[in-house]
Amino acid sequence: MDIIKTENLDFDYEILDDKGQVSECNPALRGVNLTVQKGEFLAVLGHNGSGKSTLAKHLNGILLPTRGKVFVNNIDVSDDSKIYEIRQTVGMVFQNPDNQIVAAIVEEDVAFALENLGVPPLEIRERIDEAMKLVDIYKYHKHAPHRLSGGQKQRVAIAGVIAMRPQCIVLDEPTAMLDPKGRKEVMKTIKMLNGMGVTVVLITHYMEEAAQARRVVVMDKGEIIMDGTPREIFAEVEKLKAVGLDVPQVTELAYELRKAGVDLPADILNEEECVKELVKLLQ
Amino acid sequence: MTAIETKNLSYRYGIGTPFEIKAVDDVNLTIEKGDFIGIIGHTGSGKSTLMQHLNGLLKPTDGEIIINERSIWSKDVDIRSIRFEVGLVFQYSEHQLFEETVFKDIAFGPKNIGLSEEEITVRVTRAAQAMGVHDSWLERSPFDLSGGQKRRVALAGVIAMEPQILVLDEPAAGLDPYGRDKVLSQIKKYHDEYKTTILLVSHSMEDIVKYADKVIVMNKGGVFLYEKTDKVFSHADEIVEIGLDVPQITRLARLLKAQGIDIGDDVYTVERAKERVLEVLKNEKK
Repeated sequence: MDIIKTENLDFDYEILDDKGQVSECNPALRGVNLTVQKGEFLAVLGHNGSGKSTLAKHLNGILLPTRGKVFVNNIDVSDDSKIYEIRQTVGMVFQNPDNQIVAAIVEEDVAFALENLGVPPLEIRERIDEAMKLVDIYKYHKHAPHRLSGGQKQRVAIAGVIAMRPQCIVLDEPTAMLDPKGRKEVMKTIKMLNGMGVTVVLITHYMEEAAQARRVVVMDKGEIIMDGTPREIFAEVEKLKAVGLDVPQVTELAYELRKAGVDLPADILNEEECVKELVKLLQ
Repeated sequence: MTAIETKNLSYRYGIGTPFEIKAVDDVNLTIEKGDFIGIIGHTGSGKSTLMQHLNGLLKPTDGEIIINERSIWSKDVDIRSIRFEVGLVFQYSEHQLFEETVFKDIAFGPKNIGLSEEEITVRVTRAAQAMGVHDSWLERSPFDLSGGQKRRVALAGVIAMEPQILVLDEPAAGLDPYGRDKVLSQIKKYHDEYKTTILLVSHSMEDIVKYADKVIVMNKGGVFLYEKTDKVFSHADEIVEIGLDVPQITRLARLLKAQGIDIGDDVYTVERAKERVLEVLKNEKK
């Protein structure tokens, strides 16, 4: 079953002149066909300006296609009357936690969307407690968000989305502004949610994060240029470098050693695998 | 020659309140002229607080800070003059861009110190070149540039002041791999050309060891480690213990060592790892 489907999705950023006429038209997405299965953990990789954030914003109707279609659970996101249903199905977490936290107390922030939906107070209490415990920020539920660390704040933002009980969460570079510890906390939370059956779409340019997904698509110039498992994608070191992306260091090492004539597999993803292969060679 | 020296430098936030904390705790550091120093530490390790002391934005609660052999808080030193000697670039420096054109933005500092039009043009051109800011951008609005390009314009604005010491707080944060490499390699090139003393603060151990000659590891307000880059990872265990990352390739070297294959404690780039592994393989064949 697919939860998200895009069909020949095009999006142009239009620049208007003083008279409100379109003076410039910058295509950001070109003919994107992407299907996300229920329960999947998909990473979208691409350098800045590749169109990955623009794509993310189409997945719950923040942006609407210039041409083509986007479906969430077979509902067309362009259908204005269904937009609340779509946004409850697909929740969104952005890069900067400071831009998405609105309340002065953690638990009030997590409850914000539910209050707006008119959920009964007792049920709100139940759902936000559950969400905060899930992402491990319950112990700060009475704290002021601005006194939390970046990783904690990002988890508050995630809790606010989880409290909506979405089937899918789209995260647009959620770790880009965090330190390594915060990054680990957030990745752990994402993987746990996926383990519980929530579909995850993770937009990132950290290769070590993408390596943890089950499927990776690579974007360049508004198009999807690669689609496969992390193993398949990272084996293509040259192609990734050509579009301004890195590969994990051990993958690059294996690639360089292969070039130097050493017999190693092309699809090494992490240091454990690399050690295993090297030890094999040397014994 | 010493560029920066701190003697028993301490700084406490919120003195007299329940939130009082010692952010910098008795730091004694000597940094030589022309060094390229990388500084790494957790959020809250005191590195940003320490950085803000280097051009007198913060006044130490205790201790002394000496820049170019002058104790900067002594009575006969004009603290404003220190700000010309030490250029401080904050995180997300592109947020500080405000002028109509890239040229005007880079020229803002030089103009304010009353330089002539010709001198300003020379400074802007030189700084733009040093940061890889293309000539064709100079008359454009800085806000039409990409994130990485904006960042380099903001850096050029500081470089145009020609500071002898340049302190950069996370200059590559939030950029994609291409933007990050471009910013950092321009900084390195600038350092090699102008011999400016550079302090680079980063969360990325990979970036630090790739560019810096020496590394300072901060922990709990103090200097935990101050070593030449090649020597840093002979302390890998301690670094991991305080919760910092070592590069993936260094982790690989450590795992290999545990399996009886020693490729050295100073492996932190793919290139070096490759050389060493090939060496080991060659010796094995003999």
